[in-house]
Amino acid sequence: MCLGVPGKILQIMEHGVARVDVDGNQTDISIKLTPEVELGQFVLIHAGFAMEIIDQEVAEETMYLLKELLQYEE
Amino acid sequence: MKNDHKSYMQQLLQEIQAETMEASLMEVCGTHTMAIARSGIRSLVPPNLKLLSGPGCPVCVTAQGDIDGVIELVREPGITLLTFGDMMRVPGTESSLQEERSKGADIRVVYSPLDALTAAKSMPDREVVFLGIGFETTAPAVAITVEEAMENGIHNFSLFSLHKLVPPALEIIFSDPNINVDGLICPGHVAAVTGVEPYRLLAEKYGKPCVITGFEAMDILEGVVMLLRQLHQDKATVEIQYRRVVKKEGNLVAQATLKRVFQATEARWRGLSSIPGTGLKLRPAYEEMDARKKFGVREIEDVPIKGCACGEVLTGKITPHDCALFGKGCTPLRPIGPCMVSQEGACAAYYRYTPLRD
Repeated sequence: MCLGVPGKILQIMEHGVARVDVDGNQTDISIKLTPEVELGQFVLIHAGFAMEIIDQEVAEETMYLLKELLQYEE
Repeated sequence: MKNDHKSYMQQLLQEIQAETMEASLMEVCGTHTMAIARSGIRSLVPPNLKLLSGPGCPVCVTAQGDIDGVIELVREPGITLLTFGDMMRVPGTESSLQEERSKGADIRVVYSPLDALTAAKSMPDREVVFLGIGFETTAPAVAITVEEAMENGIHNFSLFSLHKLVPPALEIIFSDPNINVDGLICPGHVAAVTGVEPYRLLAEKYGKPCVITGFEAMDILEGVVMLLRQLHQDKATVEIQYRRVVKKEGNLVAQATLKRVFQATEARWRGLSSIPGTGLKLRPAYEEMDARKKFGVREIEDVPIKGCACGEVLTGKITPHDCALFGKGCTPLRPIGPCMVSQEGACAAYYRYTPLRD
């Protein structure tokens, strides 16, 4: 139920909506809970909302998400 | 990098397997339940370490009477109900949403609460009710949806809130002398919203370590190791393992949104009865969107399901294997209790991944 998937912000649009890349698929989500998010950042998506910005530095440092994140770097 | 990853995981596992202390650690998130079962972690920990499932699956803790109330509502003409897929098969006293849909009720599954708003706009002649379920992770998204409905004057949208709060329910677990839990594997995504404060208070008040943990197998192993180290050092504090997502202060925008739209109320938890201050209802400013009030939904008493031990499972008093119905009368195909319905329920996870030992 509390599942979240990581997505990369591709475009920030009007009315608190952003287009994200999730595992190669593009979808629009609400960024009203993370209004400070910037282009290129990764967010954790839950129920159509970015619920938190992923700290990429920590993610890489701790390696856990590296595999997932690297897929988006190309 | 991959080798580093693997060797770190082995190191964590070795530390866990060398542990001789008796300890019961409870995970309080259905996603953890599923991750622990699927990754086989339960079979890798030594028998002196118990990994228990807590009341962390919002579907599983939904009271039967609450489902009955929703079912009464969808039987009314002109109502369209939208909800998350997990809710469809949860048994009420005599029926489920899935059964009602097969009898003709207009019930639809959505991925986001915002989909309910789109539906309401496209069907102005119907009353669109969103059945809101979930903890602090999901409730802010629903709160934003309610605000958007209000701002855009979508008067045929309403919310049936079954939202619940995690930390006050955990307090029940810690304060019950019959529940033996030494440390908590705390839900990473709930904490992403709430921050560490509620868990710090719990850890200090009850002297039990809490570690906010992520959802990969390695996160869980690291979370377990962090709990064991605290227990060895006689510490009871809150630590964040899931640092890539959880900030100490949580998501302040989400917290403020929750406060604007919702207020705490008494909620019924399956297995824990009614607990004041553990549910969320709309604030008076949004009352016109409260489906219970708008349609006069009555409170329906819970009728205990004969033989179902979901209540004991949800509080870690027994494991799913100890329930007389497990795998006999109650299976994922024909679930009797909600812990077998939701994919993230402890019973469903055990059924799929943890075979019965002789």
